[in-house]
Amino acid sequence: MAKKLDLRRFPGFLPMTWLCLFLLYAPLIIVMIYSFNDSNSITQWGGVSLRWYKDVFWGLEAEKFKLAAIHSLIIAVAAATVSTTIATMAATAMLRAGRFRGKSISFALINLPLMVPEIVTAVATLIFFSTIGFTTGLTTILMAHIVFCVPFAYLPIAARMQGIEDVYEQAALDLYATRYQAFRLILLPLMAPGVISGFLLAFIISLDDFIITNFVKGAGIETLPTAIFGAVKQGIKPNIMAISTLLLLVSVVFVTLSYLVGRMGQNKK
Amino acid sequence: MNKILKISASALAMTLAANGALAEGKLSIYHWFEYIPQELLDKFAAEYDVEVTMDTFDSNESMLASLKAGKLGTYDVSVPGDYMVEIMGSEGMLDTFKPSELSNFGNIMPQWVDVGFDNGRHSSIPYQWGTTSFSVNRDNYKGDINTTDIIFNPPAELRGKINVLDSQGELLALASLHLDIPQCTTNREQLKALNALVQEAKPYWASFSSDAAKDVLVSGDASVGMIWSGFSAKAREEGANVEYAFPKQGYVVWMDNVVLLKDAPNRDNALKFMNFLLEPENAAAVTNYAQYTSGVTGTEPFLSDAVKNSPESNPPATPVGSFVEACSQDVQKVYDTIWTNLKK
Amino acid sequence: MAGGMVKSENTNTSTYAGLGGWLILPTWLVIGFFLLLPVGIMLIYSFLTKEFRGGVIWDFTFAAYDQFFFDRGLFGDDPAKIEWTYIKIFWRSIWQAGIATIFCLIIGFPTAWFIATRTGSNRSIWLFLITIPYWVNLLIRTISMKFLIRDTGPLNEWLMSMGVISEPIHMINTNFAVQLGLFYSYLPFMVLPIYASVERYNFALSEAAADLYASRLTTLRQIILPTVKPGIIAGCILVFVPSLGAFLAPDLLGGAKTFMIGSLIEEQFKGNAGNWPFGAAVSMILLSLVLIVLTYYARQQSKAEQG
Repeated sequence: MAKKLDLRRFPGFLPMTWLCLFLLYAPLIIVMIYSFNDSNSITQWGGVSLRWYKDVFWGLEAEKFKLAAIHSLIIAVAAATVSTTIATMAATAMLRAGRFRGKSISFALINLPLMVPEIVTAVATLIFFSTIGFTTGLTTILMAHIVFCVPFAYLPIAARMQGIEDVYEQAALDLYATRYQAFRLILLPLMAPGVISGFLLAFIISLDDFIITNFVKGAGIETLPTAIFGAVKQGIKPNIMAISTLLLLVSVVFVTLSYLVGRMGQNKK
Repeated sequence: MNKILKISASALAMTLAANGALAEGKLSIYHWFEYIPQELLDKFAAEYDVEVTMDTFDSNESMLASLKAGKLGTYDVSVPGDYMVEIMGSEGMLDTFKPSELSNFGNIMPQWVDVGFDNGRHSSIPYQWGTTSFSVNRDNYKGDINTTDIIFNPPAELRGKINVLDSQGELLALASLHLDIPQCTTNREQLKALNALVQEAKPYWASFSSDAAKDVLVSGDASVGMIWSGFSAKAREEGANVEYAFPKQGYVVWMDNVVLLKDAPNRDNALKFMNFLLEPENAAAVTNYAQYTSGVTGTEPFLSDAVKNSPESNPPATPVGSFVEACSQDVQKVYDTIWTNLKK
Repeated sequence: MAGGMVKSENTNTSTYAGLGGWLILPTWLVIGFFLLLPVGIMLIYSFLTKEFRGGVIWDFTFAAYDQFFFDRGLFGDDPAKIEWTYIKIFWRSIWQAGIATIFCLIIGFPTAWFIATRTGSNRSIWLFLITIPYWVNLLIRTISMKFLIRDTGPLNEWLMSMGVISEPIHMINTNFAVQLGLFYSYLPFMVLPIYASVERYNFALSEAAADLYASRLTTLRQIILPTVKPGIIAGCILVFVPSLGAFLAPDLLGGAKTFMIGSLIEEQFKGNAGNWPFGAAVSMILLSLVLIVLTYYARQQSKAEQG
């Protein structure tokens, strides 16, 4: 036993792991700390205060960021809903519908948004909307978001569905349930954790997107990331630290939720 | 699950509604960044019951490119510089109005009415005017700064600590002044020299940025920054020990103008906004914020002393500044090539 | 999240046989209409003529590709020479992305190994800790890095107050800053696939090697590395490909002075240049490059599966 453990361990790998975690978290933690800085300058420490959080909610630019946050939220909820629906149908097709024409190419298609570099997708989408003369606005952002959310929603949904044997649905069909009933009453509840997990991931991916949104957003429409980018271009201000910390916490909460829901599903099985 | 669906459905409905509700009580502005105080926008919104949205740009050229790329027809007003007003006019991107449509038209200073880029002011009103040269951090350099050598042939201690504006028109105009050649020259040797000058100077420059032009001076990331006069004054106010230069070779003068864009979705509100900006009190509010000079009469009582007496806004009698010129298509092509060569 | 993925038990059942086409239709509509078609239109755009002051004219020309590959002098009438500048931008991007990938591998491999050799819930907590930063907004992560490493930032201040350095180390607006930013952006992408392949590694092989008096280093080189190679390649691709087209790191950390592919493309659409056909052409060239890398990877993988 001692020998086996020895083989699994390489000297220096534990410190490397700590270094890895340190590198990943240090910048984020520093931003969080400085968001409580009671000073007009971002580099001078002026004691702990919540003034920049107050500034975010009630300051001069509060309206702008509030509107951007509402836009971000609307788009993220809508994009996550649509893409989760599409991904659920796609997973059912890929895993529960036997053979059909174009199946292997469909699989490639689902993953296509992951393979095309983001900047290329952004450019192509901008040119597309410009060519068909579609005025850019919330709708164009939403459509672009749905596209790249599909593969992210698909991953946990398909993973979950693969783990569910089809005997339950077969049993239902034997008892004269329609296939729609079998889907709605048997399969869907069973894979709910996967669907929720997919929804949450798609939600975060949409909430985070900057590059594509920046290209396809219309006149006067900002999402949180584009608004933050616009502000940061002129220099990092303390209120950006506070907004970043808030957005960071939202992401962490949602990922944790998604993780817990996923685990819950596995334990139940 | 059901709850999620319900929430999403209502969100989707809101998205569609948000897109459907256009016009009526709206104003969409395409403006330079950090150029109008939020309070003034709020004041306009409250006075006329108009919902104001604003996007920002950081150079005349990028604004033109974006409008050309399908944004024309979504904004009501924009704020191009002098030569860009001329270009946009010749491209048919501007709508016209009659002076009688603006009750405050008479507030425009006489010398700013019959201007070369919009004679008689049929599409534009003056916003602010100022100058473009550069500022030097006096902690790091004590020598003479009133020469364009600071940017194009800097002393050893300033090399690699220079930020230049990411703005084709102004940078090439300043380079032409340095070489003492006419702007938009058609002379091949002069164009070659212009290209060579910026290529040789590029290694001395640390970054190209307009948005961060003030921040790099305040944060100390750069010791020299090509910058607009008012922006330099703001950097000084924010604690940077910078001095704005009026180089002996000359510097750039400009006037930014609020233009009425073609196919403006809210033309009436756009005119209301332009008229609003011609009120001395409001023009002064912009000046106090942006630290340039307005082209409106009667602003003096509303100006803060700091702005009235700022060294940046009071250029010496000599040297004089010159406006950026709009080049012909042939020369513009060469300018574009020089710019691409420079940026790559 | 990859760690929580369920292993396949019964992959292909046919409860909904015959409905496959209908169920997959929305995917085709959305991705086909809003991604495949746009990429097709972008290809056409790369052959259009640039209008004088921005915008395009529907005249077909190779001008955009010509501009990319050939240098015809300041006035456009010199004899054509090979244009090295854009090739250099691509090379610089490949170089930066490559360095970032190597950094990620050096830190990511030991981390993945360490996590994969933990047990039970310990392991999933480690894994969770590694994935969290990935879900934090990329923009915010890049901003934090910019804040951290600037001349007057906390890192330099701290090092100076500790007496390690007397002058701030200049990092912002350098190639190193871009590499660091890319490394930081995509590090979790390296850890996860390597983790997945180490998890499947059979440690009896290590034991066998040890029994045959192989040193630990020999075991690592000769036995472990070849078996986990697919994971390493996958990780490298997941870091390299997005780094290649990255925009935020070069823009915010590199000072936007030296172009990388992403910023070159952005400049054509949002900057002073306003040259859409050229931007479309550069995008097409980047896309082709990425597809070549991915095809190579797919080939390697199918080879590995057969072997």
